[in-house]
Amino acid sequence: MEYYLNLAVKAIFVENMALAFFLGMCSFLAVSKRVSTAIGLGAAVIFVLTVTVPMNNLVYNYALRPGSLAWLSPALADYDLSFLGFLTFIGTIAAMTQIVEMTLDRFVPKLYAALGIFLPLIAVNCAILGASLFMMERNYDLAESAVFGFGSGAGWALAIVALAGIRERLRYSNPPAGLRGLGLTFIIVGLMAIGFMAFAGVQL
Amino acid sequence: MSKSRDALIDPLFSNNPIALQVLGICSALAVTTQMNTALVMSAAVVFVLLFSNLFVSMLRNQIPTSIRIIVQLTIIASLVIVVDQVLKAYLFGISKQLSVFVGLIITNCIIMGRAEAYAMQNPPGLSMIDGLGNGLGYAVILSGTAVLRELFGSGSLFGVRLLALQSEGGWYIPNGLMVLSPGAFFIIGFFIWAIRTWKPEQVEQD
Amino acid sequence: MQGSVGYNLGFAAAVCLICAVVVSSAAVVLADRQDRNALLDKQKNVLVALGLATDDESLDAAEVARRFEAIDQVVIDLATGDPDEGVDAATFDQRAAAMDPDRSRPAPPNAASVASLPTHALVYEVRDDAGALERVVLPVEGLGLWGMLYGFVALEGDLQTIRGLTFYEHKETPGLGGEVDNPRWKALWPGREAFDEQREPVIRVVKGPAGPVDQAPHAVDGLSGATMTSRGVTNLLQFWLGEEGYGPYLDRLRGEG
Repeated sequence: MEYYLNLAVKAIFVENMALAFFLGMCSFLAVSKRVSTAIGLGAAVIFVLTVTVPMNNLVYNYALRPGSLAWLSPALADYDLSFLGFLTFIGTIAAMTQIVEMTLDRFVPKLYAALGIFLPLIAVNCAILGASLFMMERNYDLAESAVFGFGSGAGWALAIVALAGIRERLRYSNPPAGLRGLGLTFIIVGLMAIGFMAFAGVQL
Repeated sequence: MSKSRDALIDPLFSNNPIALQVLGICSALAVTTQMNTALVMSAAVVFVLLFSNLFVSMLRNQIPTSIRIIVQLTIIASLVIVVDQVLKAYLFGISKQLSVFVGLIITNCIIMGRAEAYAMQNPPGLSMIDGLGNGLGYAVILSGTAVLRELFGSGSLFGVRLLALQSEGGWYIPNGLMVLSPGAFFIIGFFIWAIRTWKPEQVEQD
Repeated sequence: MQGSVGYNLGFAAAVCLICAVVVSSAAVVLADRQDRNALLDKQKNVLVALGLATDDESLDAAEVARRFEAIDQVVIDLATGDPDEGVDAATFDQRAAAMDPDRSRPAPPNAASVASLPTHALVYEVRDDAGALERVVLPVEGLGLWGMLYGFVALEGDLQTIRGLTFYEHKETPGLGGEVDNPRWKALWPGREAFDEQREPVIRVVKGPAGPVDQAPHAVDGLSGATMTSRGVTNLLQFWLGEEGYGPYLDRLRGEG
């Protein structure tokens, strides 16, 4: 139990997908204008990550890894399908994203409209593919994958909501016109990233 | 004809994928520590963008809406994997440099973003040009960032030492911030400021 | 367009089929060339670690084979350090063995995140005409930031001084952790000393500059912006040079000469 808690805390703070690894930056920067949309996207990312990392774990361990096809038939034990890794991981992620898109369109149309093009872009959010690739590199089992997926999503969501909170406050400030909005956001994220470097190398 | 010209020229500064559309950021942070990697990545992205826009546009009237994301991604991912396989076979040195970023090219939001926003609604010829234009716009920001990061972060350009480092008996103490990702954030933020001062129509009205 | 379920399924199947055929064809047709490139690159790294080649030289297969004539490839039992004549050195693949449950065992918990230890290892010895050991190259691996680093560490005949360290495969970020490939960083390794008086591996990568060889025999400059990679290099070196790795083999060699 403690081990899983450690894994989650590490994924949320020490190895924060957005501010330590800089994954998922496009949606991170573009959708952080309002806290409400940020929360919506954050929730969608948590959901997609918590489902896809364990799912990709199963796909990897039972179909792609060298020798993993042995359960189907001993004759297939020699096959190494790991070169299909990217394609299949992205496949599960894209399928999940399509489901999320259709659900939001049906049940929360305001959020669907507010997210715009960044909803289908969840499919290519490097944080989501990155989490699956980490899971593969670190050889997590199914339970660890689920905890890691949830933790990574939660960390990313935390970061984007924090950024949205800061940006909403900054709307009352008076920066030079060219810096307003996106330019200032880049600089803020740079500062947040420096802040998160305090966590680098913390061993739990 | 002018539609083609717009498709090619707009993404350079007026509708830059990184500076205005907010796409392609992750790789802009990761590969810009050196000019070499920035240029290899830019070339790969231009190539993939051109062909993915072409193929998606050719199929745009046949792709069913409910599975369009996954179809676009399958096409993009297949293209990138083939590029990676060819590099591993014929340009092994470069493929080693790019190895991590193969995954990043597949998830590069520019490629998916333009497929969804342009190639699905426009004919193949224009889509190819749009792909080329966006790729070049991406390359512009990447090169600009990489020049500053490599020069001030390591004192070199393209691996050639230009500023004598203190650790090698010279005068220049490399700026550590330039080598880290926050440095890239700051540089791109200032680029955006510069572009919007030049083209005020991009300033956000809030 | 909104297709019928049948159309959607058919379209999806067609796209999958075509993409699968294209990707698999590319992988299969190019596999031989890729394997040859990878093997050549790995062998070149052994040569670079030994100082028999430099990074910027481009060597073809014939030249690599020629320089390899000076090297003996020996398969050893990892746990005892004794040579095992029963395994063919020319075809033995250490990494494949580590992934095969019949030819490996789970590794004890270690800082390098090495998951399994092969029962046998392939080491590269360079001996002079009298048979005395001049240099030895040991395959090493360990976790960096984004994935495992795979490389070679070369020791001089005294089994204390490092001749070189190269990595032929890793997933680190170019410009940051990827600087493990930078010839200037690699040039900091020759002459450093791996072990202390108690024969414990103490060589490590520090934060910031370490200093010249005579002042900092057990430390090498860190890679800026790549704390995790630097730490990974330290951990993997200390693991493989220690008793769970090549320690028994190195002890046997010391006993010999």
